[in-house]
Amino acid sequence: MPRKILTVDDSRTMRDMVTYTLKGAGFDVLEAEDGVKALGVLASTRVDLIITDINMPNMDGVTLVKRVRAGGAHASTPILILTTESGDDRKASGKAAGATGWIVKPFAPEKLLSVVNKVCPA
Amino acid sequence: MSTPTFGSDELAQFRRTFFEECTELLADLEERLGALVAFSSDVESLNAIFRAVHSVKAGAGAFGYTVLVGFAHRFEALLDRLRDGKAELDERTLAALVAAADVFSALVDLARQGEVPADDFGADVAEELGALLDGAAPTASVARPAEAAPEAAKPAEKSYRILFRPNAELFRHANEPLYLIREMKTLGELTVDCDLSRLPPFDAFNIDDSYLGWTMTLRAVCTPAAIAEVFEFVDDECVLTIEEIAAAVEPDEASPVVAVAATVATTVAPPSDPQPSGSKPSESKAAGKTGSISSIRVDLYRVDRLVNMVGELVIAQAMLAQQFTESHSHDDPTALQGFEHLAGLTRELQECVMAIRMQPVKSVFSRMPRLVRDVGHKTGKDVRLEMAGEQTEVDKTVVEELADPLTHMIRNAVDHGIEDAAERLAAGKPAEGVIRLSAQHAGSNILIHVEDDGAGLDRDRLFAKAVEKGIVPAGAKLTGEEIDELIFAPGFSTAAAVTDVSGRGVGMDVVRRNVQALGGRVQVMSTPGKGTRFTLVIPLTLAVLDGMVVAVGWEKYILPLTSIVESFRPGRGQIRVIPGGGEVVSIRGEFVRLIHLARVFGVTEAVADPCQGLVVLIELANGGKLGVVVDELIGQQQVVIKSLQDNYDPVPGISGATILGNGRVALIVDIEELTRLYDRNARIADALRQPIAANA
Repeated sequence: MPRKILTVDDSRTMRDMVTYTLKGAGFDVLEAEDGVKALGVLASTRVDLIITDINMPNMDGVTLVKRVRAGGAHASTPILILTTESGDDRKASGKAAGATGWIVKPFAPEKLLSVVNKVCPA
Repeated sequence: MSTPTFGSDELAQFRRTFFEECTELLADLEERLGALVAFSSDVESLNAIFRAVHSVKAGAGAFGYTVLVGFAHRFEALLDRLRDGKAELDERTLAALVAAADVFSALVDLARQGEVPADDFGADVAEELGALLDGAAPTASVARPAEAAPEAAKPAEKSYRILFRPNAELFRHANEPLYLIREMKTLGELTVDCDLSRLPPFDAFNIDDSYLGWTMTLRAVCTPAAIAEVFEFVDDECVLTIEEIAAAVEPDEASPVVAVAATVATTVAPPSDPQPSGSKPSESKAAGKTGSISSIRVDLYRVDRLVNMVGELVIAQAMLAQQFTESHSHDDPTALQGFEHLAGLTRELQECVMAIRMQPVKSVFSRMPRLVRDVGHKTGKDVRLEMAGEQTEVDKTVVEELADPLTHMIRNAVDHGIEDAAERLAAGKPAEGVIRLSAQHAGSNILIHVEDDGAGLDRDRLFAKAVEKGIVPAGAKLTGEEIDELIFAPGFSTAAAVTDVSGRGVGMDVVRRNVQALGGRVQVMSTPGKGTRFTLVIPLTLAVLDGMVVAVGWEKYILPLTSIVESFRPGRGQIRVIPGGGEVVSIRGEFVRLIHLARVFGVTEAVADPCQGLVVLIELANGGKLGVVVDELIGQQQVVIKSLQDNYDPVPGISGATILGNGRVALIVDIEELTRLYDRNARIADALRQPIAANA
């Protein structure tokens, strides 16, 4: 059974890139365009990893991480945040909210896969 | 910068998506900026603008558009300050945001065209952004590298000792020591020793606490940085020390421990197991359900193909129905009913397919608040824009083609339509001028009004100017409306002085031409002292047309139904021949010029006498009327437009072609061109010294 990953990003370009890379590596990928929709997907589907952007309308990534960590089926599912800033306070706030790790945009596909494998190996 | 190593095909596809998305994001940005301008401090707008800039930046980074990324970075930094309340949204900042949006959009365009902007592109704006960021040194650098370049690996093998003791926090964030240890193993030869010393007695065991620690010895060709990178996500959730040890450790000394450590790691790990055992089985049921998708993206080419195929289907259906009606309809009423049903379904299918190409005019309207503000600023006028009907939908191509004419008209309205505050007050109007932009459906057309409450068109000046330019003779007697119409005359610039704002060499004639190219028309209505209203009447789609099929000799032509006022067979007394060759028909006291379609297109064996044929009275875009002489009316029909230009060559007087129910091609008449063609043909005929027609 392939591992299932939910990618959350309001940017279609980013979602496409993440999805393409992960699908190519044999993952099952679900998409959501903001935090609210992500919670909707998570309510009905069990995933092995969540990759989320931070800046999104309706519900941002940090809030999403907090909500997921607050309890429920995905409270201890690894969550990676996608961020453009390496080492700034937004990464820290994502981390403080309970994210497992981060991926810096733009990413090389190999880098994305290596980070995914790090927190959610087969 | 680490450029992603996607294949070139994928990259091209991502890039296409990116620019599509940029178009949407920039439109949203414009709209939000407009809202910001209108209602000043609006946090939601700031957030949305920030997100748009941020999204573009992220994508731009992926494709290596470094100048764009650099600019976005500053733009974003200022927006971030503003939304955090660390900077104030004053006039200067607002102006900087507006300017930044322009530069930003221009940079996206350059990237889209594959051009590299000059180094100093938008430098002044970037500088202003920098200055607003507290005059502090520009925030960090342009285009940060995605990650620190790993130090050049030294070839020599080294030994390291790593102490790793996770905090409870590490588990709460779903990190897993076992994975980290496994990753360490990929670096080189690893031995692991698990420290169980802090493990409490079983009854004191708290599953949320962390009790284990590991000591690892690594022999590998790698730098300490590479080791630190393994622990990158957890370095503030654990105690971690990495030290280089001089001597290589005996491997067999540690190997028995590895087994223990591995066992312990896997057995003690459960408290941090990321998958609570209770909820595992329910997984497969919802697989494949994404729950988030309410729209899909489709290549425009496919949509157009679909539109085209449905067009063919409509024609085929009409042909079949016609053949059937002519032959068997009497003996088979059930089949006839079936045909009617099929016709209904086909029409509905066509409407559904057309709807796919429909888009709200909002994407064009949303650029206008900015424009009004900009032009208002430049001209020192206080102008408010009111919009209505932004959700009105029209064909995508039409939406795109509307941008230029609307921009021009709005600019004109602010620059020339609205008076100075002093003048307005003197005329008893509020100092603030109002421009109303609205859209609504009317039959198979969309009506767009651009209305200002300014002084109205200055007819004396318009007339004087037209005389000066030789557009009308000095003594001409024109009605107020006719004078207003002059602003559409080619080469007529309405500005008394070429201003910075409107004087770009295009006048309302260009607007009219743009609109006509869309199969639409533009009208003006002006009341002196009260204001001016422009109305654009544009067909909802360029793919179908409500037409009237007319017969001329053996040929069939299509006249656009929307232009037809009425048709009638004139009595002998209604026709007057004008000295010099023309013919007019008198209808309700008005004289309307007659044009024989047969003579325009050189059709022989057509009815030459209007009193034997029919006159179709049509209204032109400029409001003028024309009587088109045809043999007879065949009927009203919705026709699928086939472009002659795409399939053959542009033909003067013909705006397209269609296929009739009987399979024959009929040409769609471009009524605006008729007069010109008629006159030309008449001149040619004159030159050849041939009598034009029997009743001339």
